[in-house]
Amino acid sequence: MEKLIVVGNGMAGIGCVEQILKYARKFEITLFGDETHLNYNRILLSSVLAGEKSADEIVLNSLEWYEKNDIELRLGVRIVEVDPVQKTVAGDDGSITSFDKLLLATGSNALIPPMEGTDKKGVYVFRNLDDTRALLDCSRSGAKAIVIGGGLLGLEAARGLQVQGCEVTVVHLMDRLMERQLDLAGGSYLKARMECMGVQVLLNHNTKAILGAEKASGIQFADGTELEADFVVVAAGIRPNVELGRKAGLTVRRAIVVNDQMQTSNPDIFAVGECVEHNGVCYGLVAPLLEQGKVLAATITGHTGANYEGTVPAAKLKIMGVEVFSAGEIGENTPGNDIVRFEDPALGIYKRLTLRENRLVGVILVGDTSDSHRYLNWLQLKQDLTEARRHLLFPQPAGDSGFDVAAVPDSKVICGCHGVSKGSIIRAIQERGLSTLGQVKECTRASTGCGSCTELCQQLLKAVVPATQGEEKKLLCRCVPISEEQLREIVRSQRIRSVQEVLNIYGNGLGCEACKPALSYMMDVVWCGEHKEDRSARFVNDRVHANIQKDGTFSVVPRIRGGVTSPEELRRIADVAEKYKVPMVKITGSQRIDLLGVQKADLPKIWAELGMPSGQAYTKGVRMVKTCVGTDFCRFGVQDSTSAGIELERRFENLFTPHKLKMGAVGCPRNCAEATVKDIGLLGQEGSWQVVVGGAAGKKVRKADLLVTVESTEEALQTAALFFQYYRENANYLERTYDFVERVGIERVRRETVYAPLALQQGLRERLRKSKASSRDAWLEGDEPLHPTQFVQIEPIERLAG
Amino acid sequence: MSQDSVWIRIAACENIPLLEGRVTVVRGRQIAIFNVGDRFLAVENRCPHRGGPLAEGIVFGTTVVCPLHARKIDLQTGTVADPSNSLPCVSTFPTRVVDGIVELQFCLNELEKQPLPDDVAPRDRPIRWVQRKSSAPISAPSEVL
Repeated sequence: MEKLIVVGNGMAGIGCVEQILKYARKFEITLFGDETHLNYNRILLSSVLAGEKSADEIVLNSLEWYEKNDIELRLGVRIVEVDPVQKTVAGDDGSITSFDKLLLATGSNALIPPMEGTDKKGVYVFRNLDDTRALLDCSRSGAKAIVIGGGLLGLEAARGLQVQGCEVTVVHLMDRLMERQLDLAGGSYLKARMECMGVQVLLNHNTKAILGAEKASGIQFADGTELEADFVVVAAGIRPNVELGRKAGLTVRRAIVVNDQMQTSNPDIFAVGECVEHNGVCYGLVAPLLEQGKVLAATITGHTGANYEGTVPAAKLKIMGVEVFSAGEIGENTPGNDIVRFEDPALGIYKRLTLRENRLVGVILVGDTSDSHRYLNWLQLKQDLTEARRHLLFPQPAGDSGFDVAAVPDSKVICGCHGVSKGSIIRAIQERGLSTLGQVKECTRASTGCGSCTELCQQLLKAVVPATQGEEKKLLCRCVPISEEQLREIVRSQRIRSVQEVLNIYGNGLGCEACKPALSYMMDVVWCGEHKEDRSARFVNDRVHANIQKDGTFSVVPRIRGGVTSPEELRRIADVAEKYKVPMVKITGSQRIDLLGVQKADLPKIWAELGMPSGQAYTKGVRMVKTCVGTDFCRFGVQDSTSAGIELERRFENLFTPHKLKMGAVGCPRNCAEATVKDIGLLGQEGSWQVVVGGAAGKKVRKADLLVTVESTEEALQTAALFFQYYRENANYLERTYDFVERVGIERVRRETVYAPLALQQGLRERLRKSKASSRDAWLEGDEPLHPTQFVQIEPIERLAG
Repeated sequence: MSQDSVWIRIAACENIPLLEGRVTVVRGRQIAIFNVGDRFLAVENRCPHRGGPLAEGIVFGTTVVCPLHARKIDLQTGTVADPSNSLPCVSTFPTRVVDGIVELQFCLNELEKQPLPDDVAPRDRPIRWVQRKSSAPISAPSEVL
């Protein structure tokens, strides 16, 4: 068997080896990699930096893969010499290894533009996993970071650092971001988007020097002005790694020159990936590497006829919330070119297609890249678009959702990162009975890379799997057209901590009375109440902690846990009602006392004089626990429902929930406190408790479902807590438990709460504990208002004369 | 006109938080002032639909949403977005900021001839006690519409 040495353990080298392995075994393969990591998905480094993925999660080939395929892996060895005559390579560990065929996949290095001080400490690049780790180490909340370079990599680095809490400024030499992929307008949409996220952008700024004694402390521009920083990331581009090619005596221009068969000027030496130049073009993207790898694999295994004809450059920015796609020509406004544009400044959407002779030659998408596959297909197939001219910018109006996937041939690669074709996904779905995107990812690896094919995979599932996935996700609002489930994930993974930030990045920047309170709640539940609340996004009831009435007055309901009160409390309530001339005092349906018709300005005084906590009767939160007299006095009671109810109330009070949450606890099956029609009910019976959920006696009447039966009161309370937090985290805003339980199904609720693995249960408990710890009685704001004018009218400084 | 109108200094800007409204009373007339980010806008604090206190509404852009029945009012023009399209506009008042103080402009003639029922400050409004024995139905305070 011939010996094949591969230099480079990255996506290009391994991608090519994977293709070679598809042919009859011809080589003994030895693989050198100067990084000490297994082959990982370099595209996803930005996700690692942003904390969305761990380093382990982006590994593409496990150690077993190398073993199984009998590849000798030499990690941490840098090849420093190539002897084309003796046919050997020398490693920096002193080893000499001989080859019959050599494959160079050395990739590229970060390009460091000429400026002073780039050797200082605190100057980083962003090319590999070690760089990423170094950046993660030095990023901390409040650190000032400068990223030099406003291209794909620079922007991804900037967003990652910003998610880590840094204050980031992107400094770019050119007049627009991503100038190789975007026109001026597209660039300005992207800039606006980045700035919305909180990343500062300086265009037309030429960095002259990195300042600082030993360690970088800022940068200086060509005009002499300076900008302070704690560290600097240089992401100004890449430079092909061609040193070995030179040493091997190969023809090298900007990179190692290869022909259409991927051969270099030496017939025994091949090259692939970012280190090659084909037809005068160097590629720095993943799709070309895979195409080159296929041709190279055919050539090197002695198959003729495979030709590499170049790749249409296509780039996608991988920042959640900043959708950018660009392919083909940027689109100069020259005669013969037709420019078709669509803009929506409020939503930050910009689309620009360049056509020549009715064929697409370039596409720019900012803010909405859902159609990128269709456009790329048109571009690659050079399809005649005469028929489609009326709806170029919008999806096919026919309402045929399977159209996009139907238009793609089986052999077409859908997942560029892993080279998975449409046909192989369909086979996997059929043969292995897959029905969810997660299963497709697991079995085929499609859509586990950059994620740009997720949409297509989903469409494929929908087209192939018999109608099982009926559930349409409800969108939050017209202002933020994304499902709440997805938004929660976005908020969590991107560490978004304010309503306005969500609106800026994922919405129309304004919001409305429907989505603002929903997002306020989302912040509260995702961050367990540890974020800074924006009161302006809350409904008036949650600004003044009282329930607004039809005449603009408010109602006050103090907390009376379990409905158990005392003569002193009642006396105080009576005194307050008299003193403030409260027009109506009413016993509520929930065993509470309501003081109706209170003026806003009186609220803080009334709370203080009541000396009781808020009953939260005004908010989407924990309302109350209705109890019966249990065992204390009742002749029939078999469980101490009164104490259990009071304890239940104590544990959950002051917390927000997706909708109002009412509970009940009864001491025997007579159910006097009607716990079977509460959101959460504890039903005492001889020797045990039934915990029931999803009951209602409002607009809808529904008997609660049995969650589980437990023996002790403490277990009952703990079980209620599991469901309580599960509902808080998974229900949509304004979804009562009775709708939630019906939507999700009680079996699944049980599976994910009481029968969930211990770790999941602990997670729910821990987050509930955190939320509870950061919560407090809202009426304490009476003494320390959040804002000086929170409860009072403004007295004009000046009176109107006369 | 300029003779008949007057600017009145109301409050320091920081008394009205971003995207919230606050009430002030001038000549017995309740006025809601909003901080919409780049400026302040003022309208009469009364929704033409059912008299809701607009100052308590959620604000987005230059729109306030009445807290009672979610009618949307454009704070610049006073127009109400209403399904039936039959509601009158809310009065608006010009605003300006001088030395960090929000000022409102009033037309004197206008003020003279508009004594509204709400002229009485809410605190002094007679209180109707609802007694247990009373069989009189509870009626809402004067409702417009």
